[in-house]
Amino acid sequence: MIKRDLVIVGGGPAGLSAAKVALDAGMSVTLIERFNQLGGQLIKQTHKFFGSQLQYAKTRGFDIARILIDDLKGYDDQLEILLDATCVGFYPDKVLTVYQYGKYMKYLGGSVIIATGASEKVLAFENNDLPGIYGAGAIQTLMNIYGIKPGKEVVMVGSGNIGLIVSYQLIQAGVKVKALVEAASTIGGYLVHASKLKRLGVGFLMNTTVKKAIGKDHLEKVVTVKLDDRWQEIPGSESEIDADVLCISVGLSPLHQLLSMAGAHMLDVSELGGLVPKKTCDYETSIDHVYACGDVTGIEEASSAMVEGRICGLMAANHLGFKHPEAQSLEDDLNNQLCVLRQGPCGEKIRCGLKKVGEIYD
Amino acid sequence: MIKLKTVRGEALMRIKEHPILKFDYQNEIHFTYNNQAMIGYEGDTIAAALYDNGIRHFSNSVVHDRPRGLYCAIGNCGSCYMRVNGVDNVKTCMTLLEENMVVESEVSVASND
Ligand SMILES: Cc1cc2nc3c(=O)[nH]c(=O)nc-3n(C[C@H](O)[C@H](O)[C@H](O)COP(=O)(O)OP(=O)(O)OC[C@H]3O[C@@H](n4cnc5c(N)ncnc54)[C@H](O)[C@@H]3O)c2cc1C
Ligand code: FES
Repeated sequence: MIKRDLVIVGGGPAGLSAAKVALDAGMSVTLIERFNQLGGQLIKQTHKFFGSQLQYAKTRGFDIARILIDDLKGYDDQLEILLDATCVGFYPDKVLTVYQYGKYMKYLGGSVIIATGASEKVLAFENNDLPGIYGAGAIQTLMNIYGIKPGKEVVMVGSGNIGLIVSYQLIQAGVKVKALVEAASTIGGYLVHASKLKRLGVGFLMNTTVKKAIGKDHLEKVVTVKLDDRWQEIPGSESEIDADVLCISVGLSPLHQLLSMAGAHMLDVSELGGLVPKKTCDYETSIDHVYACGDVTGIEEASSAMVEGRICGLMAANHLGFKHPEAQSLEDDLNNQLCVLRQGPCGEKIRCGLKKVGEIYD
Repeated sequence: MIKLKTVRGEALMRIKEHPILKFDYQNEIHFTYNNQAMIGYEGDTIAAALYDNGIRHFSNSVVHDRPRGLYCAIGNCGSCYMRVNGVDNVKTCMTLLEENMVVESEVSVASND
């Protein structure tokens, strides 16, 4: 069994930010990431991020990842980074089982931070398992990491920011986006993104959903159907679109499995995307010295994931008696940054969800 | 950039021009898919290389014999399982391609796409 002051699961913006602060406080840290690179969702994001300057807004996602990864240089004697390593087991005594290159290893953390991010929701319709039907993240991975187009003609489902941004990224890669299907009557994401797509000739099919997929070995056609104002299918309104790719972008849900496995007290909060851990204002879950931050505690944004990660790193250090040189001012500053990020009408949903898990927002 | 190719001729699905990203492929990697020779590039996962060679139907499901291929591309779902160098249930979306790899459908794929 390998013992460390802190074990962090997940090398996205939340986990990377947590590591930096904990290292500055003097902790020995192991960072576990199942992909072969650090950065989480950020490495697939080619667009310039929205949000505030403090969290690198106007910088492209993959460049933000590079900044966070570079921040961890120079800690060689304190930091161990495991890539291609999946945490497959997590127990209430803070023991973790890690699978890497065909071998299992056991870690024991004085503190553990879970920053596993989210997984994509699926949509139920006939033949939804045909090759050629993917989540938006898969398409981003293929295109933006490996340089491979997912197919020739795409139907996108979901007009949230992810659906809009990935549609634009498909066009940038030279793939035709035939239609964007949305069940609601209004566009979910930012209108600037939507107008850009409309100018590029993408048709928006509102009040519409996917009824079934057609194809033998892989997708050939998508059948859509119109919905009435009670979200019921309107008989006879079906239409067929030729497409070899159907991209499902209907939201994310927190990757809660490790926390659930360890028996952390979980709550189902729809505003946060599904099952999330109950936590104190110190970001501690119901298990002592186990913290959680980023999308795994509620679907939000990279900006808030970074700030939450830093708070978790600080709390993990504080509670084990490690002193960060600027502990108090940093804590105040970070809490303030989160308040600013979540203020206004855009932050309403997240504030409402966080109230249910224990964080106080007035 | 070097001229990209697959055994079928020109690389079909590679992004050759992109306003933001640069893909710099250096070394060809040779492998077989169900006994057919294929070409990929260093840095590809098995799944990425298969896509570029026009293969999207990887295996069939065990119980209902339904076609299976890439779904999440990040190791979450298990939809991309194939037999690699004789080992079953390898996640091809996470496994990097290596020279002379033998990649096979786990449960027989009726047509070759
Ligand atoms: C298309 C798109 C556009 C976006 N645009 C913006 C934007 O403009 N501005 C903004 O602020 N945000 C944006 N976001 C959101 C942002 O990317 C996420 O909110 C953020 O990445 C969440 O960070 P995280 O660290 O919690 O999770 P992730 O980035 O998902 O990282 C989690 C990491 O944990 C790893 N992991 C999971 N399980 C395990 C395990 N068992 N063992 C080991 N490792 C594991 C994963 O491989 C992953 O690397 C966008 C997202 C998408 C998809
Ligand atoms: S496609 Fe989901 S695990 Fe490979």
